Amino acid sequence: MNDVQKTKGANKKILPLFFSVAFKVIFIIVVISSILLYLTFTFEEVPPILNRGIQPATFPKALLILIIVLSLVVYFLSIKKPWQIDKNLPNAFYITLASFVIFSVVGIILDFFLGISILSILVSYFWGERRIFYLFLVAIIFPTIVFIFFETILGLRFPGGIITNLYYN
Amino acid sequence: MENLTLMLAPLLSSKLMIVLVFGTLFGLILGVLPGLGPTTGGALILPFTMTLDPLSAIVLLTAIYCAGTYGGAITAVLINTPGTPAAAATCLDGYPLAQKGEAGRALGMATVSSTIGGIFSVIVLVFFAPLLAQLAYEFGQPEYFALAIFGLTMLASIGEGSPIKNLIAGAFGILISTIGKDFMTSIDRFTFGINELSEGIGFIPVVVGLFAISEMLTQSTLLDQIFKRVALKAVKLPSISDYKKTWITILRSSGIGSFIGVLPAEGGTVASLIGYSEAKRWSKNPEEFGKGSVEGIAGAEAANNAATGGAMVPTLALGIPGSATTAVILTGLIIHGVRPGPDLFREQPDFLYGIFGSMLIANVLFFIFGFFGAKIFARITLVPNKLLWPMIFAVSVCGTYSLSQSMLDVWIMLFFGVIGFFMRRYGFSVVPVIIGLILGELVEGTLRQSLVIFEGNWLEFLTRPIAVTFFILSLIALIFPLLRKKKSNE
Repeated sequence: MNDVQKTKGANKKILPLFFSVAFKVIFIIVVISSILLYLTFTFEEVPPILNRGIQPATFPKALLILIIVLSLVVYFLSIKKPWQIDKNLPNAFYITLASFVIFSVVGIILDFFLGISILSILVSYFWGERRIFYLFLVAIIFPTIVFIFFETILGLRFPGGIITNLYYN
Repeated sequence: MENLTLMLAPLLSSKLMIVLVFGTLFGLILGVLPGLGPTTGGALILPFTMTLDPLSAIVLLTAIYCAGTYGGAITAVLINTPGTPAAAATCLDGYPLAQKGEAGRALGMATVSSTIGGIFSVIVLVFFAPLLAQLAYEFGQPEYFALAIFGLTMLASIGEGSPIKNLIAGAFGILISTIGKDFMTSIDRFTFGINELSEGIGFIPVVVGLFAISEMLTQSTLLDQIFKRVALKAVKLPSISDYKKTWITILRSSGIGSFIGVLPAEGGTVASLIGYSEAKRWSKNPEEFGKGSVEGIAGAEAANNAATGGAMVPTLALGIPGSATTAVILTGLIIHGVRPGPDLFREQPDFLYGIFGSMLIANVLFFIFGFFGAKIFARITLVPNKLLWPMIFAVSVCGTYSLSQSMLDVWIMLFFGVIGFFMRRYGFSVVPVIIGLILGELVEGTLRQSLVIFEGNWLEFLTRPIAVTFFILSLIALIFPLLRKKKSNE
């Protein structure tokens, strides 16, 4: 019985090692670094007469190998001392992240400032703001002030869109 | 005498004085707001500095740096939350003293010691930066390579994050600097067929993304945080007995802060922690520390503000940032076409002494604003994050877009914002990425040029005494934090 318990305990110890946060993070770093390392082998090489010191791919290769090696060291250190990650990410984080995507899509397809307004209203609302005036402030009034500042004082021209074209036309 | 006249020049220029006043006020506001601070604030304002001449731009950034470092103390004392990481040690005694009904006295001590520390460090800057720059005349490409390596290995000992994780982040920053056409052979690297990437990735989208956008994502995870504010009637100047108790501490911490600041990649956070612990060690009443000791406040605040001038020494003399905020200031210098180093001291003394003088004035200005306006600045903490961060997002996006009017820059900013958030979440500091990005070109360029000089023989590095010295220092910088960590674990 004691042996079984010991084995169960041992399994519990081994399994989280590979499914731990440190493993996942280091795995992602190593995979991305390996892909980039592979890419460095596709870089053009200069003939020896033009080669000043080292080939253009050598330096990034050395960096990527360094990142991979150090990441593995970090992983092995994490076995002794597991990482302490605070908590699961709240919904507000995912909504903020999604609003970045919405901003990027709306900013390109419809209008740059409409994108900012939508992001502002989404972030503000889902972070807890319910008062209409303040939502109006962050979504309409403030972006308008920013637009006027950049357009008139800094002389910047923003990309065209359904709202900015009204102003530019 | 001539240099003193150059230092006082900003006082005679209405434009520079306006920039200084604005920078100091803006820095104080940034310092007061937890999550912002001079580094993020400097990054946010970088695009706007493009409309200014180089001196005004750097004066603005340095004023933000000085005032922002002090501003963190206001929230540390009143709501037990450091406005900047450098003010973390100030919470230990500032808040307990405020809870005893002596918030004004705590802030008065923080203001006075910050100002003395800041002024002390500017004096250090004025004397040591030219000396260090003189030394840099002896530097060739191999020495600069060794120096840049030393600057990067110092990343290992930055207070935040583990040494190895900091090195990974630094290497990542250097890797970003290799994106685009190779400067020696014009061969594309990591451009993925995108023409706009041939010119490389700009500093500003990365800096704004890693500091401002990643902080916005971090704030989205802290919405349930509640601050307990202590009421503030007025800031009080320290009494004579307070001065008697603390003057040695202030001077000691000013020296410690200036020295720590000079070390590449170290900054106010490390300085304030060491300043605080040394104040406790030498105090006649160490048992009062943590319960509202004015010596504790003085030790931490004098040190973190003294680090500002110290950190500017390697930044201006060698082009190696002394802290996270000076990395942003160095970015400002580079995008304005100013290359730090000995030539800057020889060719543009008016520019340099203008910066020194402005830092001196900024320290006086934040004393005045802090003393008379702390109550107003404290109210800024009442601006809720749910309104503040969407506004910061709008400014970040427009500022980043304004540089080359490219949506790619905005996407790069958002991309690095997300990367920065996850880096911080898993214990990787974002500061080494910026330092790596800034030093990347210097590291690769000087390495390749050195190898041309040495005809490909790496061992030739060992024939250069200055380079060997920096390599040995780099080794020490790598090993020391590991030993320190091992010892603290034991």
